Amino acid sequence: MTKTQNMEALGADFAGIDVPNIVTVSIRINGKVVTRAVPSRMLLVHFIREEAGLTGTHVGCDSSSCGVCTVLLDGSTPVKSCTMFAVMAHGRDVKTVESLAVGGTLHPVQQAFWDQHGLQCGYCTPGMMMTALALLERNPNPSEHDIREGLSGNLCRCTGYNNIVKAVQQAAGAMSASSAADPSAADD
Amino acid sequence: MFPASFEYVRAHSPDEAFDALQKHGYDGRVLAGGQSLIPAMRYRLARPAVLVDINPISELSYLKEEDGFLRIGATTRDAALEFAPWVRERYSLITSVSAVVADPIVRHMGTVVGSVCHNDPAGDWTATALAARGVVVIRGKEGLREVPIDEFLVDSYTTAVEEGEMALELKIPIPDARTQGSYQKIERKVGDYATCAAAVQLSLNEDGTIRQAGIAITAAGPIAMRVAAAEAMLIGQRPTLELLRAASEEAPKIATPNADQRGSAEYKKDMTRVLVGRGLKQALERLGAVSA
Ligand SMILES: Cc1cc2nc3c(=O)[nH]c(=O)nc-3n(C[C@H](O)[C@H](O)[C@H](O)COP(=O)(O)OP(=O)(O)OC[C@H]3O[C@@H](n4cnc5c(N)ncnc54)[C@H](O)[C@@H]3O)c2cc1C
Ligand code: FES
Ligand code: FES
Repeated sequence: MTKTQNMEALGADFAGIDVPNIVTVSIRINGKVVTRAVPSRMLLVHFIREEAGLTGTHVGCDSSSCGVCTVLLDGSTPVKSCTMFAVMAHGRDVKTVESLAVGGTLHPVQQAFWDQHGLQCGYCTPGMMMTALALLERNPNPSEHDIREGLSGNLCRCTGYNNIVKAVQQAAGAMSASSAADPSAADD
Repeated sequence: MFPASFEYVRAHSPDEAFDALQKHGYDGRVLAGGQSLIPAMRYRLARPAVLVDINPISELSYLKEEDGFLRIGATTRDAALEFAPWVRERYSLITSVSAVVADPIVRHMGTVVGSVCHNDPAGDWTATALAARGVVVIRGKEGLREVPIDEFLVDSYTTAVEEGEMALELKIPIPDARTQGSYQKIERKVGDYATCAAAVQLSLNEDGTIRQAGIAITAAGPIAMRVAAAEAMLIGQRPTLELLRAASEEAPKIATPNADQRGSAEYKKDMTRVLVGRGLKQALERLGAVSA
């Protein structure tokens, strides 16, 4: 039996079960609108990686617990993009790690991870940085406890968390210094 | 893993959601924060044919006090409770729960109402609603109906929400100045479901005797359970550590935990006693009323 015949033979059993339901999804990702017709069951992380071609957002645990897929929704709400359907983000705004560096200059959070050795393999890093950014947005001056608690939905298998915590502390300092220097940034 | 295919319906109002649910009957399912439903679909433990997404219904996203109740709408996220300063100030039970449900990222999507509707045997909000004597407002064919949480929670993953219906909000009676609570949870790591947990809330009369007690345990059986015998033992009494200890002994009598990777059944049973005891003691300390 050829592969096609095989599929046809199986077709009867699968009828009506896995027929993809197609929806048109438009998401503003890092300022650029991406519109695609995709299966309704497509997860946001796959839309970001495969449809928008932005592979900085990773897939890790497949159980909604590691946080490597974290992106920011509508400004600064961190969400696990593996636990959201792409269609749920239709018409909304998503920020991924690719939005951080501007014109080749690292974002203070990225610079801090670099300076403090907050990464080794880097797999967890995009999710860590997006979560850290959301945390700093809400709490510009977090205690060590706040940082550990705030990052507790993100797992790192490499570094241990000390350098990551130090990186977020450095970023907090750098970001509040720059918003003090630039009054327009504080209004955002 | 990709979940099985489904038809997606976006609802912009409670009416739209309700109509879609009525139309699809058994095939339809509410999609709230998706933090339990989407993982279940990815593991193919659930394969609903139609998902009715209620997230765009902004009128169901509220947290307000009205007619003696804290009203939590169906699309109100766990994080909204965690970050509201006035909730932190006055709702000690809710505040101690909202910081330990899942992890901080999940709490930005997960909803309180979705959690009680999911009725996971280890759910934190189900036990909390029991201790705080919550009421769920359900939109049904005959209009709205209010169901006390004790009747709402039917069995594991089963609630009083019937086919074609949806829950609109959870109402929690506003605690008075002489009411305090505590949530005690043992977890293997942050963001994990409870190994075992207890929700406790105590209200005192002016003379210092106990007016009302709410005590519930979770991850200790097929469903979160009210420890009614312990509550009854406390009402009308002056709180002493001795009495609280005696009340906590009632928890293991009704607990029927399963052994799993989080611990043996004996261990969890005994932890229901320990956690209820700690919760009662902390509630009493918060009332400034600990006596020997
Ligand atoms: C990593 C991780 C850790 C977690 N840890 C915990 C934990 O420690 N403690 C805990 O309690 N929970 C935990 N959860 C679950 C989480 O808190 C969920 O958010 C919650 O259980 C479900 O809320 P939801 O809004 O996401 O509902 P959904 O996942 O959208 O829905 C859950 C179920 O409820 C139904 N439903 C939802 N809303 C309604 C409604 N308005 N009317 C009728 N039916 C409705 C849905 O159809 C579905 O069957 C965890 C989840 C994850 C991913
Ligand atoms: S891949 Fe999303 S939480 Fe692990
Ligand atoms: S740096 Fe490797 S997982 Fe965190």
